[in-house]
Amino acid sequence: MPKQIDRLGDPVRRISRRAMLAGTAGAFGTATLPFGKAHARQQDRPNVPDDPTKVQGRDASELGTRSQFEQVRRSAGRSSSQTPHQDLDGIITPSDLHYERHHGGIPEIDPDRHSLLIHGMVERDTMFTVADLKRFPSRSVIHFMECSGNGGRSYRNRRTEDVTPQQVDGLTSTSEWTGVPLATLMREVGVDPEASWILAEGGDAAVMTRSIPMGKVMDDALIAYGQNGEALRPEQGYPIRLFLPGWEGSASVKWIRRIEVGDEAFMTREETSKYTDPLPDGTARQFSFTMDTKSIITFPAYPDTLPERGWWEMSGLAWSGRGRISRVEISTDGGQSWSDAELQGPVLPICHTRFRAAFNWQGDETVVLSRATDETGYVQPTLDELIAVRGIGTRYHHNHIRGCRIRPNGSTVFTVDA
Amino acid sequence: MRVATPRSAGVWTAVAVVIVASAAIAAQQDQPERFGFGRPATEAEIAAWDIDVTPDGTGLPPGGGTAVEGRSIYVEKCEICHGAHGEGRPFSQLVGREPRQGFPFGNQPSLVRTIGNYWPFAPTLYDYTFRTMPFDEPGTLEPDEVYALTAFLLYLNDIVAEDDVIDANTLPRVQMPARDKFVGDNRRGGRELR
Repeated sequence: MPKQIDRLGDPVRRISRRAMLAGTAGAFGTATLPFGKAHARQQDRPNVPDDPTKVQGRDASELGTRSQFEQVRRSAGRSSSQTPHQDLDGIITPSDLHYERHHGGIPEIDPDRHSLLIHGMVERDTMFTVADLKRFPSRSVIHFMECSGNGGRSYRNRRTEDVTPQQVDGLTSTSEWTGVPLATLMREVGVDPEASWILAEGGDAAVMTRSIPMGKVMDDALIAYGQNGEALRPEQGYPIRLFLPGWEGSASVKWIRRIEVGDEAFMTREETSKYTDPLPDGTARQFSFTMDTKSIITFPAYPDTLPERGWWEMSGLAWSGRGRISRVEISTDGGQSWSDAELQGPVLPICHTRFRAAFNWQGDETVVLSRATDETGYVQPTLDELIAVRGIGTRYHHNHIRGCRIRPNGSTVFTVDA
Repeated sequence: MRVATPRSAGVWTAVAVVIVASAAIAAQQDQPERFGFGRPATEAEIAAWDIDVTPDGTGLPPGGGTAVEGRSIYVEKCEICHGAHGEGRPFSQLVGREPRQGFPFGNQPSLVRTIGNYWPFAPTLYDYTFRTMPFDEPGTLEPDEVYALTAFLLYLNDIVAEDDVIDANTLPRVQMPARDKFVGDNRRGGRELR
């Protein structure tokens, strides 16, 4: 059955994507299309042989590219870009589609002239070159990273309907990260047992700074230089970045050049005036690092259209900053009843986990939702439940239940109505 | 005072090396306490990068300034982004004390967070301005300029007087209106939603 569903689903996705492109072309003219050529109309599609078995294919190349028929793109503003989750399968985000968020642009850094300084409450103030860092025993881990502002547009305006998974939740991505455990470096410099915080500082124009508690530093923090088997992309911190599994992305300081070890939080702008969460009781939560359990449906989702009734396969991603996803449930009646989705392996801790669930659409107005549970027992809340504890004014950590409304004509819109 | 790292781990590693030196897993277990990679950082290197300023004023350099001095620097280097009175057009609003009572940001999404109503520590203002501003020439302000701009922004926010001298001694003593509003993270996973 899954194969049959895949065959049904696949052409629909292409149709809807083409429809989107046609709309773009109509609005802006073909000259401004970001894809170079308008692929909207059939006659404009790339010219390929009628029968590829009757001509020799092209030669090997030094650098691969996507098929000219695949036009996946991040959506990008000046200081952030979003992963097109509606166009991706599996759990790994291609490196060039990993979301971005930066606070002073992407710096151009020569790795041979970049160093990491560790100083403060240590026995030996030490300067490490990138080559030094790569000489230490390395570790590779597969983890998601999510911006704590992800999903914000579905929190403040619950009537937002014409938004894609990319537009709502594109600030999360999963990669394999390779680097040296920060604990190894702390032992190398002789960290003072009384030290309780570090300041991580970037070498970008924002000279980005965040305070990180020593517990996380010694637990699983990484100074990463690799992403999905190659060097970090510049927008991901080339040549080195901090990586903190399961924590809000802004704490994983990119282009890191300095770590100061201390015994108090440093109270930088990014952890006081930004990235704090005012609560309904008149306080503001600070150092709210961990990303709570969340799931999103990537198909069906706006602007997909189901062309006919029958069996379809819902697909999506679930993740938790605290460990493994233990369960994803789906509802096809707006949250009145729930049933288990299938978790597609590998199910890794602190990682995007793909889920799938077949459903039989009978042409009725249908609200499909997903709800994730992690191994600590945390259950993804509804928007109303989240607002009750956090208040409507909060700007970060928007992990409420969401999904889509399928209209009788098969068109879909985003919804948070659980 | 710096305290030496406990050596017990090293002793046990050495014992383990003796015991399993011939085993296949020895390569994983006999890693040294230190590899000896990297080189000592010089004081000059540390001084060049160690620019952070903490709430108690640690890291503040010599120098100082007043709001009167800061006004002309602000007009020249800041106003184009933040507005003549820090009202924040086209970029971040810097000035605002409303509401004077309470801290209702959790319930009022339209309330703009400013230096005057949301920043808990005054030295953070020096730290951030020095490391990042002006936006088109980041990190080019001299300490006296940053002190003067800090004084001016605190003055616009009705926190210090126009002729108050802001320096390494006075800045940590400035009481910010939002000073006591911040709490730690009490989320722990599990069933309870916080």
